[in-house]
Amino acid sequence: MDVELRIKRFDPERDERPHWEEYRVTVDAGDRVLDALHQVRWYQDGSLAFRRSCAHGVCGSDAMVINGANRLACVLLVHDVGTRITVEPLRGLPVLKDLVVDMDAFFAQYRSVLPWLHNETDPGDSERLQSPEQRARFDDTTKCILCAACTTSCPVYWANDTYVGPAAIVNAHRFIFDSRDEAGAERLHILDETSGVWKCRTAFNCTDACPRGIKVTEAIQDVKRAILRPGHDPHP
Amino acid sequence: MEIHRHSFDAVIVGAGGAGLRAAIETAGKCRTAVISKLYPTRSHTGAAQGGMCAALANVEEDSWEWHTFDTVKGGDYLVDQPAAEIMCREAVDAVRELEHFGLPFNRTPEGKIDQRRFGGHTRNHGEAPVKRACYAADRTGHMILQTLYQQCVARGVAFFDEFQVLDVAFVDGDPRRGVAGVVAHELSTGDLHVFECAAALFATGGFGRIFKVSSNAHTLTGDGPGLLWRRGVPLEDMEFFQFHPTGINKLGILLSEAARGEGGILRNEAGERFMERYAPTVKDLAPRDMVSRAMLTEIRQGRGAGPDKDYLYLDLTHLPAAQIDEKLPDIAEFVRTYQGIEPKTDLIPIQPTAHYAMGGIPTNVDAEVVLDAAGTVAPGLYAAGECACVSVHGANRLGTNSLLDIVVFGRRGGAAMAAYVQGRQPPSMPAGFETAIASTITGLLGSTGTESVAAIRSELQAEMTLNASVFRTDESLRSVSATIDGLRERYRSVAVTDQGRRFNYELSETLELGYLLDVAETLVVAALARTESRGGHFRDDHPLRDDANWMRHSLAFRRPDGGVRLDYKPVVGGPYVPMERKY
Repeated sequence: MDVELRIKRFDPERDERPHWEEYRVTVDAGDRVLDALHQVRWYQDGSLAFRRSCAHGVCGSDAMVINGANRLACVLLVHDVGTRITVEPLRGLPVLKDLVVDMDAFFAQYRSVLPWLHNETDPGDSERLQSPEQRARFDDTTKCILCAACTTSCPVYWANDTYVGPAAIVNAHRFIFDSRDEAGAERLHILDETSGVWKCRTAFNCTDACPRGIKVTEAIQDVKRAILRPGHDPHP
Repeated sequence: MEIHRHSFDAVIVGAGGAGLRAAIETAGKCRTAVISKLYPTRSHTGAAQGGMCAALANVEEDSWEWHTFDTVKGGDYLVDQPAAEIMCREAVDAVRELEHFGLPFNRTPEGKIDQRRFGGHTRNHGEAPVKRACYAADRTGHMILQTLYQQCVARGVAFFDEFQVLDVAFVDGDPRRGVAGVVAHELSTGDLHVFECAAALFATGGFGRIFKVSSNAHTLTGDGPGLLWRRGVPLEDMEFFQFHPTGINKLGILLSEAARGEGGILRNEAGERFMERYAPTVKDLAPRDMVSRAMLTEIRQGRGAGPDKDYLYLDLTHLPAAQIDEKLPDIAEFVRTYQGIEPKTDLIPIQPTAHYAMGGIPTNVDAEVVLDAAGTVAPGLYAAGECACVSVHGANRLGTNSLLDIVVFGRRGGAAMAAYVQGRQPPSMPAGFETAIASTITGLLGSTGTESVAAIRSELQAEMTLNASVFRTDESLRSVSATIDGLRERYRSVAVTDQGRRFNYELSETLELGYLLDVAETLVVAALARTESRGGHFRDDHPLRDDANWMRHSLAFRRPDGGVRLDYKPVVGGPYVPMERKY
């Protein structure tokens, strides 16, 4: 089938401002939007820049705005979007070229929540124990692939990029509610700052945007509730 | 183009599981740069699904010695047995360490790391399948990648993200004299960066993109093996490539062997559980090389499904829905997304997919690169993970052993490299070393050629899948070889239409295609020479294993004219005497 792709292009070496270009490509209905973008880069316009790697929704490279919504181009099939496809870079992060955005601020926000397991107790040669129920408590937020679809769908983030954003909170949640972690209170303190969870206005854009189906807004609410508990105790 | 200069004690090329595990080991011991053409969390370790085997014996009686036996037998006795023993013995600590790093493994009711079955892993030397694979649902690789990245963030590791390494410098141009540095292309600017270093560890992953139907990411193009080969490092056992039985039909996206570990069954068009005929004891959980051959035999004999009778089925319909939701959520979602069917009620069309390179950059058990059959070490040069060949996988890797390989040999390589650079100054790079790559790039950007990168690549992939995959013959391999010769000729006049510097992915893909052509050629030449069938290398015209002549590893060297010269080295034996592989 023939598909019309409308792509927002911007090359700072050549362009003063972004502009739209249209391409007509022939794809199968079951092809991914990513396949259509490849058709353009490989056979029509080699200068089209977009990131991609795994092509099946686990590496998080190809988040972009497709027909108005944040999606991974490799998880969205052509027959689900129709024959007119509009593609733009993620909003809220600086555009470096075409569909490639600057991820530095995003990863800095990720690092700001101390995203690693803190545990000072020496476990010796044996594994730490964790019950299936304790493990289930934070299962949902372990699925994050850091694609930035959630953070760049958030209207609060668009208006105020000091907000740590949904992805960073998801990654904080993953440790705050891990029974093995000892830095939950410290992370809750970080997220209690003005740049933290209280900026969230529960628009649910992040939950809609997540390609991994993480209940992002619910995770943010979990964190808010934990902050309100005495002593910032995540494991009451 | 601007040239930037950096000086480090050690450089790690690639930020998947092996590279990140090595970086954890060097952190705090020496100044290390981790250079990756992707953001680390985009690496293909994250696509691994089913698990990581270690004889924890949390669920069933087990021992690392049984694991070693399975690994050697699974590799069709081409495995270097002392290396396999190290891997399987250290697996137990490696899994516990990942748990201490925070990896969220699935748990038993007692709170221990849970374990499940996987192909080729057995109790007591083949008696029955054993529960040995530690896992986190069907996203174990994702959890390993995230956990190792988290630990690198905690240690303040210096990352150079979206830098593509294109060349390596040795003292006096001789790998025997020591590493001098690497040259990388910064994707965001088009600038070149020269990293002077006393040691470099390559962890660039696989090169499944030489095939059309592959589980591998677009970015798995053999850059590390390719660029080292051009500088005089041989490649070992390149003829051994694994085809995973359960790729999504036509797309090649992986559906984990854990699907069969959880009870999934392979069926032909008539609904028959055909693996009962090929592996009566372990059936659907036979090693991957055997299952893929059985599948294509079914198709050849007319028992395939679909209008062209060219695929088979994975059947999960008898599994409890909750088991699929809890243990196999991601692959169930892949089936829904890409095939539009429901795995709880529908049979899943599958075909073998190019998955894993058993061969690669030859190393010893400390991940030091070895340069010849005599075991001469390249001082300061290391490799780990799929790009390397230790060899722990021999002629066919067992499921889960790749995740084990990256953490065990990533750790060993990082430790060896940190020790090597102590008290050593980085040797100065040969003056103007980067001009070779600079002129290659300038030449491509100014090219007046007319050949299309995409066309050459897709012809290479189609020909490799048709003639150099599960079944091979002298004739089919000669056909690929002739095709590659023609494609190489066309590659000389390849066109790069984008003249820009920033994020010039057309340029990156052109450079990657050069590596794909190189590694494909070494595979084909080594496969043509090996007139026997062993593990993942099956020759219709030489269908039997030939231990008298072929219990040896191939080494493919680059000839001065660009062709391939083969040499061989013996397999390092051990307690397990080669016998016929039955399951």
